[in-house]
Amino acid sequence: MPGQSAVALRKQPAALSPTTQVLSWGRYPKTAHAGVHKPAWNDQVPEILQTAAPDSLLPYGLGRSYGDSCLNAGRGLIDCKRLNRFLGFDESSGLLRSESGVSLSDIIDVFLPRGWFLPVTPGTRFVTVGGAIANDVHGKNHHCAGTFGSHVRQIALHRSSDGLVTCSSNENADMLHATIGGLGLTGVISWADIQLKRVAGPWIDADLVPFQSLRSFLDLSRESDGRFEYTVAWIDCFSGKNLRGIFFCGNHAADSGKEFHAKRGPKMPFVLPAWMLNRYSVKAFNNAYYRLHARKTGATVLPYDSFFYPLDSIRQWNLLYGKQGFLQFQCVIPENNLAAVEELLDRIAHSGMGSFLGVLKQFGSAPSVGMLSFPRPGLTIALDFAMRGERTLQLMQSLDEIVQQSGGALYPAKDARMNPALFEASFPRWRSFVPYIDPKMSSSFWRRVTGAQ
Amino acid sequence: MIMMKKIVILGATSGIAVEVERALARQGYELLLVGRSPQRLAELRADLLIRGAKTVASYAADLALIQQHAAIFDFVRHTLPDYDTVLLAYGSMRDQRESETSVDVLLDELQVNFVSATAILTLFAADLEQRCTGCIAAITSVAGDRGRRSNYIYGSAKGALSLFLQGLRSRLYPAGVRVITIKPGPVQTSMTDHLPNAARFADPGRVARQIVRALEHRSPDVLYTPRIWRYIMSGVRQIPETIFKRLSF
Repeated sequence: MPGQSAVALRKQPAALSPTTQVLSWGRYPKTAHAGVHKPAWNDQVPEILQTAAPDSLLPYGLGRSYGDSCLNAGRGLIDCKRLNRFLGFDESSGLLRSESGVSLSDIIDVFLPRGWFLPVTPGTRFVTVGGAIANDVHGKNHHCAGTFGSHVRQIALHRSSDGLVTCSSNENADMLHATIGGLGLTGVISWADIQLKRVAGPWIDADLVPFQSLRSFLDLSRESDGRFEYTVAWIDCFSGKNLRGIFFCGNHAADSGKEFHAKRGPKMPFVLPAWMLNRYSVKAFNNAYYRLHARKTGATVLPYDSFFYPLDSIRQWNLLYGKQGFLQFQCVIPENNLAAVEELLDRIAHSGMGSFLGVLKQFGSAPSVGMLSFPRPGLTIALDFAMRGERTLQLMQSLDEIVQQSGGALYPAKDARMNPALFEASFPRWRSFVPYIDPKMSSSFWRRVTGAQ
Repeated sequence: MIMMKKIVILGATSGIAVEVERALARQGYELLLVGRSPQRLAELRADLLIRGAKTVASYAADLALIQQHAAIFDFVRHTLPDYDTVLLAYGSMRDQRESETSVDVLLDELQVNFVSATAILTLFAADLEQRCTGCIAAITSVAGDRGRRSNYIYGSAKGALSLFLQGLRSRLYPAGVRVITIKPGPVQTSMTDHLPNAARFADPGRVARQIVRALEHRSPDVLYTPRIWRYIMSGVRQIPETIFKRLSF
């Protein structure tokens, strides 16, 4: 920093850290970055944007996107974790204004004791508000609450070209709809107003039902969606056509006065050697999991964290998949196309490469607010695949074909390898999104699926 | 356990200070924040109130400028007259090379890290000494334990501040005022982001928890945080000078 005066220097610039490798949750691909800005205050963001080269930056939160949508290989990131302040809260209406680096976990810790909960939560609490908006995340209550973005009332967006832009349904509404689900490409969210939801307490009245076919899953889903705010199913991805799984549903419980103690789970201490996860060990796990839960069926009261965030109880569970990391496959298939769902499940079962923790959920019919939002009416399936090189990619490619033929879509937040044709088929409106991209922003994902520079 | 619930934080927008404030807010403290940027103070204030702070007052001033100290101290006396803790958390670490080659930069480093710190603490010390109560805590650094080739300007200013605190502790002991010297190892904040290995530095939240514990309980007069630095530095201090001068770290 030579040449600056002493007083100007005392004003600490947001430093560009020389960190090179930043990984997403799937730990694939392994990408080097040119640098990571870590602003601690919102007033530092405009300078970062203005001094950057075109197409060189991408906001980064907690890195829970699985593939490369949160990465910017060879270029820069703006790490927003330190922009984590609550700026305002209306105790009567539950409207929260928070900076974009605030994590959903932090919101729960501060507001659940006061009787407020997230309007929509994904399967992990370790995502930022900015990330939840940029991916327009969904949760187990999609059938009644829609996506996260539909509870965002207003945002302020740092844009390199036109400063801080306020967006709501009355003002710059198109920019709001571009930013929701916009993969961070429209700018850096300074703050967002989120409508929290009143709840009686931290407990969930849950119900577990085992099922043995896709039909019975659909029946359960249809029958439960009216009675339960939250529904989701775990499926054994080795079961193929004779699909088996456990259907979880729940509602916020009335306050029972029962005391709640948050517990901190264990942490995955090292990267598991890849050979330990194979079709036998995973089959055995899935078997045990099914039997365990099939025995526990019926109504039960669960703490909110084990109902919503079972995986968060093992910190860094992504290390289970070994050095090469893993890929997640999440698609949505239009509901009238059950044959496609069956074919997909069958192909996964036959490959023997599926992993534990397959998830099946019926999306509701509410249209998503974002231009590039993923959720749409149909069945969504999410599965992990340990990265085993070419054969994993080939299997997923063949799954892509089924999705594309069925008129379905793939979820960008989970993707590291879909081809441009499938992206085009999944998001036919993407070209009308392009004008909203901030000239300084780009991402590995975006360059890969659109051929942008 | 000593109940202290009213705290003045000098340098409230520093990376470690914001984490300490959060932890205190959760416990319902009354806070008075002093920092340079009115906008940042306003954002902090909103955040801390939502997180449970009982009251948050703020005053925008540059603590490095001693002529502003009287006004700061007046504000504290009017706004939070019965404060019981003062935490000094500001500092500056500039590029060592620059501090070596520019006398202006060198003097500014000493002014921020040492001279101004002793000046403002002297005002608070007199007040607490008279009231025979309270606690003064200041963040220095492990860098002040030994003069190293790579960081001796910052190190000498922080080391001098540690010595000042040592003397102040002894002076205030009869009055029952505690003085805590906080010596963090490298912590992940804006001050250190540009350094190599920054990703391996301590988490500021963890450092803040240890600082809060030290403020609230009877604690060692000198807190190394994370704790391992007490042992590392006791080793580093033992290295004979004839060897140490050859080391480049």
